This record gives sequence, C-alpha cells and structure tokens, in this order.
Amino acid sequence: MLTAALEIAFVLIAVAQALNLYRLVRGPDLCDRILALDTLGISAIALLVLFGIRTASTAYFEAALLLALLGFVGTVALCKFLLRGDIIE
Amino acid sequence: MSPLSETIVAALIVLGALFVLLGSVGLARLPDFLTRLHGPTKATTAGVGAILLASAIFFSSGDSQTISLHELAILLFLFITAPITAHLLAKAALHRQATGTETVDAETPATGEREAPD
Repeated sequence: MLTAALEIAFVLIAVAQALNLYRLVRGPDLCDRILALDTLGISAIALLVLFGIRTASTAYFEAALLLALLGFVGTVALCKFLLRGDIIE
Repeated sequence: MSPLSETIVAALIVLGALFVLLGSVGLARLPDFLTRLHGPTKATTAGVGAILLASAIFFSSGDSQTISLHELAILLFLFITAPITAHLLAKAALHRQATGTETVDAETPATGEREAPD
C-alpha cells in the first residue's frame, strides 16, 4: 500500500512541478516568476522526502533542509532586489 | 512496521501530494498575482507539512525504535519562512503596481476592473 501511495504522490507532484514550470515560463510579471521558482523549490523538498521514504534512507533530510534554506534566501534576495533595486544596502 | 502506521503514512503522503498539486493548480490558473500568491502558501504548509509528518512517522515506526526529529526541523523552518516570503512577495508586487513597472498580459484583469487600493 505504501508503494502505491508513493507512486501516486510522485505523479501528483510531477504534475504540480509541470504547472509551476508553466507559470515560471509564462510570467507575466517578475513576481510571478519568483513565486513559481519558490514553489518549485518547495515541491522539490516534497519529492526528496518522498524519495527518502521510498529508499528508507535518512540521508535525504539534510538535502531537503539545505534546499529549504537556499530557497528562502534566494526568494528574499530577489524580493529585496525588486523592492530596492539592490540586495545589500 | 505495523499495518496501522503504514495506513497512516500512506494516507498522509497522498493527502500531502494532493495539497501540493492543488497549490500549483492555483498558481497556474488564478487570474492575478495577489490571488496566485494564495495557492502555493497552502502547498507549503499543508502539503509539505503532511508529507514531512508521514516521513517522521515512517522513520519512527521502524525496527530501531527511535523517534525521528529531522523532519520536524524542516517543518519548523518552512512554517517560519513561508509567511515571510509571502509577505515580501506581496510587498514587491504592490511596489511594482504602485510604480507602474509590472508586466500584465491578457489573463490579468485590467486595472479598472480591480478593486481600488483604498
């Protein structure tokens, strides 16, 4: 049952990432692209955790945490750039 | 792994994946930026939250009888940062609307049809 649930979840998140990618390419505004990139990162975290369950290995948590950290810092830096035209003032 | 915890883990995984998908459908389908911002916030909190909870239960109910806390660190970090990114994005979008630098296309309602800012 767990294997079936994992397969379903992989497919659902793959479709979700395709939709995020559509928004990333389509835009129209820069804010939409930043939001799409952030959401791509978050669904990548979900995929990594699911892959960790599937392989029953705990090695993927660090990667997921790192992805969460980098995604957050990247989004904040890009928003700051849009707001101020500069990242570090 | 007991059948009960396997059922719970499977249910949480499917529920979480559904939420992630719904958040992305919202991101792709909703008409303007501030409504689009609404969708992925649910994907972060409910979707990834459920998947991380499933992972925590899965690795806690193994043979080793240890409680897995790694997921809770990721969960806590995501729950803290999700409102901050949403706030900053909304601020950037409002700033671009106010200065007239935003790009709009056919699916975005024209400025006259939007609610007045105040």
